[in-house]
Amino acid sequence: MGKTIAEKIFAAHLRDEPFAGTRVLSLDRVLCHEITTPVAIADLVWRGKDRVFDRDKIKAVIDHVTPSKDSKTATQAKILRDWARRHELPDFFDVGHNGVCHALFPEKGYIRPGFTVIMGDSHTCTHGAFGAFAAGVGTTDLEVGILKGVCAFREPATIRININGSLPQGVVAKDVILHVIGHLGVNGATDRILEFRGPVVDAMSMEARMTLCNMAIEAGGTCGVCMPDMTTVDYLWPFIEAEFGSKEAALADYGKWVSDADASYDKVLDFDVSNLAPQVTFDFKPDCVKPVAELVGTRIDQVYIGTCTNGRIEDLREAAAVLKGKKVADRVRGIVSPATPKIFSDAMAEGIIQIFMDAGFCVTNPTCGACLGMSSGVLAEGEVCASTSNRNFNGRMGKGGMVHLMSPATAAACAITGVITDARTL
Amino acid sequence: MSSKKSFGGSAIVLDRADINTDEIIPAKYLTEVTKEALTPYILEDLKLDGFDPRGDKLKNASVVVTRANFGCGSSREHAPWVFEVNGVHTVIAESYARIFRQNMFNCGMLAIELPKDDIDQIIALDGEGVINIAVDVEAQKITATANGKTLDFDFEVSPFDKALVAAGGWVEFADARY
Repeated sequence: MGKTIAEKIFAAHLRDEPFAGTRVLSLDRVLCHEITTPVAIADLVWRGKDRVFDRDKIKAVIDHVTPSKDSKTATQAKILRDWARRHELPDFFDVGHNGVCHALFPEKGYIRPGFTVIMGDSHTCTHGAFGAFAAGVGTTDLEVGILKGVCAFREPATIRININGSLPQGVVAKDVILHVIGHLGVNGATDRILEFRGPVVDAMSMEARMTLCNMAIEAGGTCGVCMPDMTTVDYLWPFIEAEFGSKEAALADYGKWVSDADASYDKVLDFDVSNLAPQVTFDFKPDCVKPVAELVGTRIDQVYIGTCTNGRIEDLREAAAVLKGKKVADRVRGIVSPATPKIFSDAMAEGIIQIFMDAGFCVTNPTCGACLGMSSGVLAEGEVCASTSNRNFNGRMGKGGMVHLMSPATAAACAITGVITDARTL
Repeated sequence: MSSKKSFGGSAIVLDRADINTDEIIPAKYLTEVTKEALTPYILEDLKLDGFDPRGDKLKNASVVVTRANFGCGSSREHAPWVFEVNGVHTVIAESYARIFRQNMFNCGMLAIELPKDDIDQIIALDGEGVINIAVDVEAQKITATANGKTLDFDFEVSPFDKALVAAGGWVEFADARY
């Protein structure tokens, strides 16, 4: 019997099996941000165990509220900053160099096929796009990860999602994953790994694969995962050239992290996306998904383009293609947050930032605070936001606010008209 | 990240599926760096008819009884913590989101799963008056009592999760072993 990629990664990282069904894995990456790490740091200090298991495997960034907006967020940033300095972490990203964790860390080449990755952030599942096992955890798991370099998981079970056909013009990874979540439901993948396969995934860029894997958690999934291939190698090449010498050698090596043809799955689901239309959420759960056409005309007050789901360069390009030469509708606030300084800089070089500014968008620094109502774009009671983020929970972007999740192109179309709009009709 | 807990006590019923961690503790309070500071904000954004986050029923509760997929969404351990600092160390639900369930046990607290039929029976007691829940972790038994009516249930808890509860949490367990 063959193995899935998750089973292979688990087998290669098994440190302990304290009880049947409990796998304690050694970790290749422990990622940290300023919201969930400070309490772990404080607890380690309180226990007299203020140590790190391996300073090269721990990466840290201030990203949710940056630059700090008040004394409390300044304190959180300071706790993380002081800790990173006293442990001499070589990879700590502060103001001027920081960006949204799930865009910044892949961009720096920190995530590789076959890695085990944890972070105190549910969207850590994003990193599975590289053929890694990457799971969001709570602060206690993070604390043990920082101290001991291990984390416990149940035996991995995988749902294979085949994305077949070919994507129509104007339909993108975000539409695919919203459609899949609408089918699975918000707990359809609980305790499961979502393995994204098929010709549509094979043809996707790393950015698009990250968008797919990012929302695995919205179906309850532990991790999303894609098979490492030449697209993965191309993305990582500047970081792995010295290790492998040739791309073919890298691809051959990464082949050990591809699921076997005879691997066994908990479930196999097939989706043909050849006729898929742009998708949007309604109500307060991410599995409440409809074609955009069914919500056309719904009034919006704010548009938010960015986040760990859709703040990458491709996303900004898609939105800019819709916005070019157009203006944001009266009474609509357009906000765009390029996810990292490099994305911001590339977007400037490509003229994308100018398109956003000419349209009347506010361009913020790289951060993701608006997505969860922490900073840089919080909604007031009764307001509606067209957002490229990943959660439409009640109050998510501000108490009494309503969020519709959608692709960057759809969000850009909404900004122009002030109502939910299918970008293909503009 | 905790010391050993006591379980059971008077229960509050949250009769809705898919209650997410944003509802349990909104993100705007995640700027706090101590668990205690979270205390007043428990379940502040819960969307549930008739529920009062400032009410006596929640104030007096040590147990939450609820439906499927409890604690979905964000990984924030602030959700178990806000229960912990409010004296709620036991949650009984049809099912949980993975991260929330693990966070509960990692803190040395109990996230008990019961089949829907059992949850239905406990929730039906809600009309009878205050529900009192007794939990025997070792024997894996729950007794729910309200107005003289008593119901008994068996529950499953994995040996690992049981060990975490016995140790007082994952830090204690891992520190002793790794």
